Amino acid sequence: MTADPQSHQALIDRLGTDLVPVRRLLPPGLRTAGWLLLVAALAAGLLMHYGAGPMLRRWAATPDLAWAGIGAVITAISAAWAAFALAVPGRRAAWAWLPLPGALLWIGASGLGCLRTWLAPGTEVAGLQQSADCLLFIIGFSIPLSALLVVLLRRACPLRPVLAAVLIGLASAAASASLLEICHAFDSAATDLLTHALAVAAVVAVNAAMGGRLLSKA
Amino acid sequence: MAAAQAGDRRAYEKLLADSVALIRAVARRQGVAPDHLDDVVQETLITVHRVRQTYDPSRSYDAWLGAIAARRAIDSLRSRGRRDSRELHDEFALDRHPDADDASAATESEQRAQRLHEAIAELPPGQREAVEQLGLRERSLSEAAELTGRNTGALKVNLHRALKALRERFHGEP
Repeated sequence: MTADPQSHQALIDRLGTDLVPVRRLLPPGLRTAGWLLLVAALAAGLLMHYGAGPMLRRWAATPDLAWAGIGAVITAISAAWAAFALAVPGRRAAWAWLPLPGALLWIGASGLGCLRTWLAPGTEVAGLQQSADCLLFIIGFSIPLSALLVVLLRRACPLRPVLAAVLIGLASAAASASLLEICHAFDSAATDLLTHALAVAAVVAVNAAMGGRLLSKA
Repeated sequence: MAAAQAGDRRAYEKLLADSVALIRAVARRQGVAPDHLDDVVQETLITVHRVRQTYDPSRSYDAWLGAIAARRAIDSLRSRGRRDSRELHDEFALDRHPDADDASAATESEQRAQRLHEAIAELPPGQREAVEQLGLRERSLSEAAELTGRNTGALKVNLHRALKALRERFHGEP
């Protein structure tokens, strides 16, 4: 099983024979921007369809929802950035903490929405059917967004596949939740929040379970 | 590495050869057993080749290589851990059924002994006697002197000359 210096040299010779020029990977920031471009395109499409009016009216009425939306956007950007940074060998593992502030804002502000039914009894609250729509929306958008991130990360070298997969899941779930803000017809309530949490957890968990395998081959 | 990314084969091969020492050091620090260091080196070199597009020339090559080597070292420890947990360890059985050296090593050492005996046989009689008595039978100088009827000084000189002759014969140096 053990190899001696000669076999190292033989391997190095073989790798040298295989050597072809490679295009260097773009910096993580630019690669993140590329992925966000797709999210922005989806957002633009939804905005054209639904218009910005309902979203802004809702935000004006319930500022904490606006904060939750902003938190989701920040989480999506920072989680994607952290995933791209960690896919480059030698970057510090501390990058994984980057999405934390955004996620705290997102979760914290949505948690306030939980109290909405008591705070403002007049607001329209999501029924079970609408909550199921939310679930499908988040999961439906997360799948292509995650898939794209997996493809992009496989071009790099994620040495911690499971951590990278969790970040992918977080980024795509947060991006989907941000997109949902545009066409959300109602204010968040306990049921709605639970659905969101469920959807995000499902997306993150599926990525962690599958992504680890998908990414480690890279 | 920047040159290697552009396709410079000579720079690449030199870089990889120079990397072996660092990979070994990283793997050793991770706790890889000395026998398995070379496996980690090979795995790391292959990974480096596959992901060479991820190296950014504005950053440290050693940090980049070190991260890959550390990951491959951990992979090696994990796979070995899994294998060890499946295999049966029975020290007693191992002791009772010692795994002798492989046949080629045994033959080789036999041949070496044979050549040494032939060389001793071809020594001049005085020198051969000195080697046989003092070297092979491990007798003391006085015992050997009594047995051979030579004085101890002559035995010492003969042994010295015999060893020198044998050394010259096997290593080709005076």
